Amino acid sequence: MTAKEKTEKKQIVAPGEILESGDDFLPGDWTIKEGKDIVAIRLGVMEKNDRLVKVIPLSGVYIPRRGNVVIGEIKDMNYSGWMVDIGGPYGAFLTLKEVPGYVEESEMETVYGIGDLIVTQVFNVKRTAVDLTMKQREGGLGKIRDGLIVKVNPHRVPRIIGKEGSMIKVIKDATKCSITVGQNGLIWIKGDSIEDRIFAKKAIEFIVENTTTDGLTDKVESWLKENEGKKK
Amino acid sequence: MKERKNNMTDKSLYTKRFDGRKLDELRPISAKIGVVPNADGSALFVQGDTIAIAAVYGPKTLNPKHMQNPEKGVVRVHYNMLSFSVGERIRPGVSRRSQEISKVTEWALSPVVMLEELPGTVIDVHINILQANAGTRCAGINAASMALAHAGVPMKELVSAIAMGKMDKTIVADVDKEEEDYDDGEGATDMPMAYLANSGKISLLQLDGRVQVDKFKEAIEAGREACKKIAELQMKTLKEYK
Repeated sequence: MTAKEKTEKKQIVAPGEILESGDDFLPGDWTIKEGKDIVAIRLGVMEKNDRLVKVIPLSGVYIPRRGNVVIGEIKDMNYSGWMVDIGGPYGAFLTLKEVPGYVEESEMETVYGIGDLIVTQVFNVKRTAVDLTMKQREGGLGKIRDGLIVKVNPHRVPRIIGKEGSMIKVIKDATKCSITVGQNGLIWIKGDSIEDRIFAKKAIEFIVENTTTDGLTDKVESWLKENEGKKK
Repeated sequence: MKERKNNMTDKSLYTKRFDGRKLDELRPISAKIGVVPNADGSALFVQGDTIAIAAVYGPKTLNPKHMQNPEKGVVRVHYNMLSFSVGERIRPGVSRRSQEISKVTEWALSPVVMLEELPGTVIDVHINILQANAGTRCAGINAASMALAHAGVPMKELVSAIAMGKMDKTIVADVDKEEEDYDDGEGATDMPMAYLANSGKISLLQLDGRVQVDKFKEAIEAGREACKKIAELQMKTLKEYK
């Protein structure tokens, strides 16, 4: 957390609340301009950046954004690809050509079958649909074969990851698990022992319960040290 | 209260009500959000003995597909009074009355929800009345409006509703069951209204009974003031969310 953020108290705003008045400010995300006033249209935290006033939502369903890595469940398939449930208002589709390698149409089920969970990336967000891809340079996308899935509020995900992955790294190091955080609120925990996985799950639940506290990374570190002995 | 509305006390037979409230006084109100963990948004609204729970699911894709509107989203309200909510058990399930209230609640909420941002989707609002002592549709609208905000649905403002009434010649705010059944003189008139506190618009206005034009205007003015108090509580409750 930067010094600027610390000094400015986080203010929770509700829909219909007037955030600023006058022409000195511009309406950003989740705000509208009504006459001279900038009004919030969602429940969230107000953030002022220079002249721009925006609201960062705190609750509600996942809204897909291009480039998001998400965890989805295969719901259905047809000749051209798979229908994937990634949460959010609209269905997502993964076409055959966005899967690495050549897939025979008749052998689609052997690649991803109905009910499989996959780590995938949002490739394009259309008006009423979402396109997915499995091709990414960094890798890390693919089918989930083992491990533990935890579901959290998607708006808590940035806190779980932390600044440049600082928070998730703390948990990974302490629990010796590999953790993939989907932006849609599904988290995949993969570790050698079940105890480690459950410990990582508990650490994530601790973060979700304490999202609004300051200096959370330090608190999580001490929590991990405190509870390490109790995990069995 | 600094300035009491004179027209509410003068020219009338009563200065106090059956339960000792002032004419423009509401029953004790309280609210809470996040009461249904499985819903995307939920709220509880208590107004005296009337308790309403609203749960919001969505926005989600609307199926069957032919019901979708490609231009904007759809709000579906299901109002239901639980069988134990009143003295004599009511038959569970959909009734003529609950269908009507579901529809007017939809109309009361639709103007604030920015449905044009959510084409092809549906927002399901389930309102359940746990305990009823008049004013259930208003308590339902209050709870639903907060639940929609909790579900992260884009909204221009909150909706606040109040059941205004007229006993004989006296305008009263937030009627209870006893006042609703009042039958002396001109009898009782029931006037539920929903008010948008920011823009000052009225999104629901029903009238059951008889009322004079001047009394009608008086009731609306008093209703606005009452709704502002409710809007204050709704705002305060939402802002305590973390």
